[in-house]
Formats: sequence, C-alpha cells, structure tokens
Amino acid sequence: MSAKEPILSLHDVRRDYRQPSDMIDRVGRLLRGAGKPPVVQAVAGVNLAVMPGEVIGIVGESGCGKSTLGRMLTGILPPTGGEIRYKGQPVSSLTGAVRRQYELDVQMIFQDPYSSLNPRMRVIDIIGEAPVVHGKVRRRDMEGFVAGLMRKVGLDPAYRFRYPHQFSGGQRQRIGVARALALNPSVIVCDEAVAALDVSIQAQVLNLFMSLRHEFELTYFFISHNLGVVSHISDRVAIMYLGRIVEIGSTDTIFGAAHHPYTQALLKELPVLRTGRRQFDPIKGELPSPLDPPAGCPFHPRCPHAMPRCHTERPLLRRIGPTAAGGREQGLLPGEEGASTADTGIAERETEHLSACHLGDAPS
Amino acid sequence: MNRLLNLVAAQPSMAGCALENAAPASVAPEAAARDTDLLLDVKGLRTWFHTRDGIVKAVDGVDLQLRPGEILGLVGESGSGKSITGFSLMRLVDHPGRIQAEYMRFNGRDLATLSDKEYRRLRGRELAMIFQDPMMTLNPTLRVDTQMIEAVMAHSKVSRKAARARAIEVLGMVGIPSPAERLLVYPHHLSGGMRQRVAIAIALLNEPRLVIADEPTTALDVTIQGQILYEVQKLCRETGTALIWITHDLAVVSGLADRLAVMYAGRIVETGPAAQVIGAARHPYTHGLIASIPSIGTRGHTLFQIPGATPSLLDLPPGCPFQARCYRATAACARDPALDEVEPGHWVSCWHQGLSADAASRVQEPGAGSVGGNGELAGTGS
Repeated sequence: MSAKEPILSLHDVRRDYRQPSDMIDRVGRLLRGAGKPPVVQAVAGVNLAVMPGEVIGIVGESGCGKSTLGRMLTGILPPTGGEIRYKGQPVSSLTGAVRRQYELDVQMIFQDPYSSLNPRMRVIDIIGEAPVVHGKVRRRDMEGFVAGLMRKVGLDPAYRFRYPHQFSGGQRQRIGVARALALNPSVIVCDEAVAALDVSIQAQVLNLFMSLRHEFELTYFFISHNLGVVSHISDRVAIMYLGRIVEIGSTDTIFGAAHHPYTQALLKELPVLRTGRRQFDPIKGELPSPLDPPAGCPFHPRCPHAMPRCHTERPLLRRIGPTAAGGREQGLLPGEEGASTADTGIAERETEHLSACHLGDAPS
Repeated sequence: MNRLLNLVAAQPSMAGCALENAAPASVAPEAAARDTDLLLDVKGLRTWFHTRDGIVKAVDGVDLQLRPGEILGLVGESGSGKSITGFSLMRLVDHPGRIQAEYMRFNGRDLATLSDKEYRRLRGRELAMIFQDPMMTLNPTLRVDTQMIEAVMAHSKVSRKAARARAIEVLGMVGIPSPAERLLVYPHHLSGGMRQRVAIAIALLNEPRLVIADEPTTALDVTIQGQILYEVQKLCRETGTALIWITHDLAVVSGLADRLAVMYAGRIVETGPAAQVIGAARHPYTHGLIASIPSIGTRGHTLFQIPGATPSLLDLPPGCPFQARCYRATAACARDPALDEVEPGHWVSCWHQGLSADAASRVQEPGAGSVGGNGELAGTGS
C-alpha cells in the first residue's frame, strides 16, 4: 500500500437520528399540522482523510458527534449519508473477505473499562476469542498468543484466567488495548480511552499507546474531550462542533495559532498547572440542541466575535495561513472534484490548516 | 537551613499555639491569630472500615485547617481516601466505617461530640456537600422548586413564598438564566452542567460556612467546567464561604485553590499554599502527579509515569505508603515519615523530600519560570 493513500477517508459523512414514531404520534402530528418529526444530525457532513501511521485527535464537547463519528469509522454504525472509504474503496460496497479484512483492520478501544469487558469471560477468552474465531490463531496456540499480548501491554500473563472484576481500572483498560491489538489492526479508534483513568494511570496508558504505535505502526483515531491528552498524543487535531469539523490542523498549529473562536475558547479553558490564582473567563452558554441547531454558524450564539453575517450564513472550511490569500472555500478532499490533485495535494494536506469561520474572510 | 530557622523560632511561639510552633518568628504572631479564627480544625481524623477481611484504613490521621473564605484543594488518586475525608466531615460514613479524631472543631464546636440529631441540623445549613454526579443528588421525581424549597424550609422557619424567592436568588447566583422558569422543570429536563449548577445552588441555599465539593466537574465538559469554576470562585470571594474542592486533577484546582493538600493512601503527604505545592513540590508523589499531566509541552516525549497502582489499604506495610512506587525510596522509608514544615505553611511527609529535578533547574535559572507570579509553569506542567 502506498504511504500516501489515506487508509480511511470520510466523504461528507452524515448520521441522522430520528425519533421512532408510532401511529398515534403520526396521526397527532398530522392533525396538529406539525410536519415531519425532528431529526437530530449527530454528524452533519464530515470530510476527513486518515493517513496511515498518523494520530488524529478529535476534540469537542459532549454531544458534538465525535463518538458517533468514531463508531461509523469502525463500521459499528452505518452512516445515513455520505461515504466512508477504506483504502480507496467505499465501505458500503465491500463484501466477503475484503469487508472482513476492513472490520478486522479497524479496531476500537472504549471509554469505560468496566462496561466494555464481559464480566463473565476470563481475560484469556476476552483477548483470544476474536483471533481464534477469525482463524488468525489456532485454538491450541491461543494461550501462548494471549500471554504474549498481555506482556506487550504490561499485564502479568499469570492473570490470564482471571475475570475483569479482579483488575483495577488501568489494568482493565490494558485488557481492552490487548483485545484490540489481538487482530493485528492498522487503525485503532480510541473513544475517550483514558478519560476514566487517574492522572498517573492515564500517563501509563498514554505511554503504552505511544510505544505500541511505533511497534505495530498503528494509526490512531483519538477521540477525547481532554485537550491536554490530545495535544500530547496527536499529530493532527480536528475540533468538532455540533456535528461538523470547525477547525483542523497540525497539533502545533491548533495549539499555537488557532483560528476559530471556538478553538480559542477551548484552549483558554484547558486547565493547566499554574502557581497563581486563575481569572476565569468562561465561554458563555452551552452546546445548542442538535434538534434545533442555530441558523448560520452553529457557534454564533456563544461567539464573542459574532457578526451579522454569522447569523445567516454557515461558514465552510477554508484554508488559513499563508496560503489563505485566495480565500478559497473547499472540502478536505481535493480528490472529490479532480482526481489529478489527489497525488500532489497530500503532503500539503497533512499540514493544512482549515477553519470554518467568517473571521478574516473577505465577504463574498 | 530551614529546620535550623524553625528550631530557633520555635521558642517564642511555643506559648502561643501548639500547632503552629514550627513557624519562623516573623510570622508567629500572625499564626497565633490564625489559630483562633479557624473555621475548621481537624486533627488526627481516622476513618477505618472494619470489614470481615480486616481493617481498611481509608483515612489514617488527616489534619485539616481551613479559614473562612479559603479554598482548599484536596488532591489524590482514586482510593487515596479524599472522598472519604469529605464524607467523614459530613458524617456520611456508614457501618462498617468508624470515624475517629482527636478533635474536629468546626465553627467553635467539636463535630465529634455532636449527636446524630444535632449533626442533621448542621448538615445542609452550615456544612454542605456537592457530589460528583448531579443525577444522583437530585431526586428525579421531584421538580427543582420542590427540592429547593424543601431544603430551605427544613432549616429555617420561613414562608413557602420566601423560600421560593430564596431559591430563585441562589439559582441566579450560580449563573442559571431565567431561574424562575427553571424552578418548574424536572432534573431530566436539564443538561449536565445545569444539573450540577442546581446541585451547587441547593448546597448554597442556607449560606453554609463550609462547602465540600467532591469532584463536581469531573463529569462535565471543559467549557462547562470553566463556567462552574468561575461561579464557585466568585461565590467564595463574595460570601466568605470556605470550600474544600476534592479532585484527582491537579490542573483544575491549581488555579482555584488557596491551599492544596495531596493525599495518598489515606494520609496527607504534602500540603501548603497552592503556589508552593505546584511550583516547589517536595514530595516525590507530588512530583509524579505534576509530571504525568499530558500537554503540548510533553508532545513526542514519554510521559513521566508513577509505576504501579495505588496499594490496597487493607494491609498496608508499615512505613511510608508510597515507598513501593517511589523513585527515591531507600531503607529509611520502612519507618513512618513525620510531617515536616519545610517552608512556612508548607508541610511534607517524606524522608527524602526535596525539589524535583525539573523544579530545581527552574530555581537555578530564574528567568525560565518564576514561582509565585500569575504565570503558568514552564516545562513539564503547562
């Protein structure tokens, strides 16, 4: 596989949720003239290319759709619109062995190490079940295989016959990591994988992630609300707000020269060690309900720089920085319109800084 | 050097107060005055759980002092006993837990001698607590107004109307927009941040002297956390309410608290002014906590990690509880370290206390990051 081709790419991916309505509800709506039931757009058109070997951090408040995005990437949740491509092929059209390979190649680590492990299975089965079922390991070799994995993630193989409740939170998260690694994946989606851990245990697990990354050449899709963790681990960071990516760029760009007011506000809220009293100057308000998102820029009710234009027109992602002179509005994947640019645009794209904000944009 | 100073200074202040007798002479009069206007003065708090498997010493000899309006950050990992310390102050520990203390003076009374009935009157009026999960503190079957009015009328003889007015006033204080309307909703109508504000408002209803907040922002987003920290800081400054903020995240309290206390395995291992503890931490455990915070500055490097996990409190080996995970541990650690005052008001319990390599290098290069200013720390922390 060419190193320049994205391993996973999202093309205008959407996920809508509709409240299921029964007959009475529908008749009632008809009589009231209420129209169609409301739709929640959990993910509303995301374009993103995941390059092999990189760590993408996805940051946002709860309810911004970041977990839904991660679930769609792993194939747990089908998108209701748009397309996810695995090595250039649309996932929805994959069949048979290729589909199986995609499913095994993209693994997930969950937030809660308590509820994501089956309490009635022993560790050896939790880790070893999938590779045996998929014929990667023979059943009689399972014990040795699991022991090797447990050593890799820093667990004593002597504990392989124990049940999850006999482990601490950090150890359980290691079991979850070993389970994901068992299928030899190339992409791991980490959905708030360290959020439930203490700071000291979190440091251990983060170090484990980084050493595994180098050993297995892993690609991480790292979902977190903790900017500190994301800044530590990621190569590239995408900020999500109400189902859309509002800013994306290299970690240094996002943390050093953020453009979007929402990113700037998030960075200001980032708790950092300090020796003096902090003056709190929080962003006002909360994430608006995705049932009824504000018109125009979704961030405008909370934005300190909101202009009249923000109330009506939703800003698109556009390039920021030295190349922004043209103010060209575009999606993340140039391959969409012209395939010829796909080959040359990638090196540039990886460091590209895009932001969805009218600020500094010449009115069109 | 410091110890020498302390020894010299110990003589004149001996008569003044026993607790502060190690303070240098220059601050001794102030220290003596401080002792009398302490709001909370706890010595030797021990909360042990007498289980079938043995005694779990969840809190083992904790001393706490708090002045009116002061914010104390109580920091520790899960299992360090920080929450049980809070529960013990509220006497919310059930069988088989037993609370013992040399004394627990609060506002001129010894909490340890109060009957359950007297304590019940105290709770919610002078002492209030905010819990981690607002969904557990709020009754899902009652409207917000029912719960708030009930809390007011349980402690003071006021009319229902006055109680409602008080509820609206406090909801406004914690930053809830259109409080009169919010009173009429059920907790499930509110978002997590709003729910936590309601929980904070209920705690503040009767103008308590001391609020104990047990990880109240852990379940919330950073933006909402920022809003709540802002409101809490403002309220403490305006009303003179003292606050104990229990958390596992040193970064959250570092900008909020006046003083910090770091707990490990049921004991306070380091305590002092927040700037001192963050900028010039002396205990190896505090060094570890500070260095293991991930940030943009640590990108591309291996994070410092404290090896192992918190020990079981069931049968802790004698001596320093941190010795098994400590990078400075020696044979001396098999004996219990005493709590020493290394700077005025800065106490450390360690045989090998001292600045971490990072902090020491910062001290040598004063330009690199000054301690005590309003700035963020250079290097590992920020």
